[in-house]
Amino acid sequence: MNSASHYDVAIIGAGMSGLAAGIRLAHFGRRVCIFERHNTVGGLNSFYSIAGRKFDVGLHAMTNYVRPGVKGTPLGKLLRQLRIERDEFALCEQKQSRVTFGARGEVSLRFTNDFAVLEAEVARCFPAQIDGFRRLVGRIKAFDDVSLDARPVSAREIVRECITDPLLEDMLFCPLMYYGSATEHDMEFGQFVIMFKALFLEGFARPFDGVRVIVRVLLEKYRQAGGERRMKCGVQRIIPREGRAQALILDTGEEITADHVISSIGAPETEKLLDGGRRPPGGGHPEAKNVGRLSFIETIAILNRQPAELGWGSDTIVFFNDSLRFDYARPQAQVDPRSGVICIPNNFDYGVGRALPEGIFRVTCLADYDRWAHLPEEAYQADKNRWFTEVQRSARRFLPAVDDLALAAATVTTDMFTPRTITKFTGHLNGAIYGSPVKNRQGRTALANLYLCGTDQGFLGIVGAMLSGISMANYHILQKG
Amino acid sequence: MTKDECKKVVLDIIADIAPDEDLTAVKPDVRLRDQLQLDSMDFLDIVMELRKRHGIEVPEADYLQLASLDSCAEYLTPKFNALAAKG
Repeated sequence: MNSASHYDVAIIGAGMSGLAAGIRLAHFGRRVCIFERHNTVGGLNSFYSIAGRKFDVGLHAMTNYVRPGVKGTPLGKLLRQLRIERDEFALCEQKQSRVTFGARGEVSLRFTNDFAVLEAEVARCFPAQIDGFRRLVGRIKAFDDVSLDARPVSAREIVRECITDPLLEDMLFCPLMYYGSATEHDMEFGQFVIMFKALFLEGFARPFDGVRVIVRVLLEKYRQAGGERRMKCGVQRIIPREGRAQALILDTGEEITADHVISSIGAPETEKLLDGGRRPPGGGHPEAKNVGRLSFIETIAILNRQPAELGWGSDTIVFFNDSLRFDYARPQAQVDPRSGVICIPNNFDYGVGRALPEGIFRVTCLADYDRWAHLPEEAYQADKNRWFTEVQRSARRFLPAVDDLALAAATVTTDMFTPRTITKFTGHLNGAIYGSPVKNRQGRTALANLYLCGTDQGFLGIVGAMLSGISMANYHILQKG
Repeated sequence: MTKDECKKVVLDIIADIAPDEDLTAVKPDVRLRDQLQLDSMDFLDIVMELRKRHGIEVPEADYLQLASLDSCAEYLTPKFNALAAKG
């Protein structure tokens, strides 16, 4: 039935932000259709099955977790705006996470969903810095991070006004960058604040069944509200006329029109649709500077036992870096295994006697898209295998020691994604999951009725993505009656 | 519609928008914002739900009239009755 040729609103991309925008608009009576090129929803936070086993992509943990009764935070706003009951997400809290620096993780800061734990760790490891740390936290709490017109400032500069030990500075930046920064070396302070609150002041949680629980809830709300979607049907071109998006040409060749168009696919990616794909991204393209440079690989090992049986029972997420200075940049090789993120999804608190059926051990590292993108198939597979081992070995330096043979014997199957996988399934140029370094808070484009939401609007993480869709739908469409 | 019925309509909307708020003891003469955790996004939703469910339009200049339950009733009851009279 989803074959109308005119909609009040057309949304490009069925990721978290597109779905959230769609729910708002459909709930308030707009005729909405989401166009998604892939055959599943969720975008950068989705899942897939291989041999009947479900794998999450993107989501290590949902950030921004607060306990019931804590109000005025992004999670609460999102639940209210989408009319979702807290219990529908069935979130289970993390056990504990760590930021660990040094060749063998000599300096470690533990944190949990109770901020006092991190504060005490900073006081213990960096006694001379604790006053400055508290001052920084004060500035973060006072900052209006959802303002749509804040002026960009360097987070490094502001953090250094409070913290003078570069080790502590880097240890605070490391997790925030890994979980959302599209810029190398530094972050915009507004983005730093969003991430600091999301990870440290709020916290990590996960539904027992992973990201698909969240995706299912969103889809169901969207359907109930009367929203339409067309899967395996991307938008190929946006036809501009007199400063407006006049029509969309779909992958099928069909042409549809809409009063408003919201694109969740990224700013340079949207720009490309306006060009009709004629200009290549990169060389000579005026938007090339806005294409993100940071991409990642992830290794996933499925284990035939609970990680706790290997001695890996306490950490939910570990952000590691094998020296005292942290370098968040596009690597000079295919992968930079010096730093990364370990996620052990078994180590959320699922309740007594409730455990994931298999062990899962995931490691994420920075990767260089260009060194992966154009490899012939055989070399690509060989490099994947080589880096799988390398990345796991690097990460294991920061966990209790497990014998190589013991880990191999426990491993049932493995999988891995590279920057190439990201571009293939999400369309993000350069495999840049955090999008462009230039964020566009108001989501405006060159065309009056075309708006951005999602990654390049600049609210980060899954909760941020959903809030982005909500904010843009409210700001550009619903508030205008 | 009576003013009490009008207050009930507004409370029903708030209950759907903010199910995590306890509405059993809302004082009609105190600003909603001072007794409940409602932000500007929530107030926008009250306005939009009034339009969606009841066809009542609240222009932006009149948002302040929705500050408390009493002021909501003062402002909205005539609108509901005018709409009912039109049939």
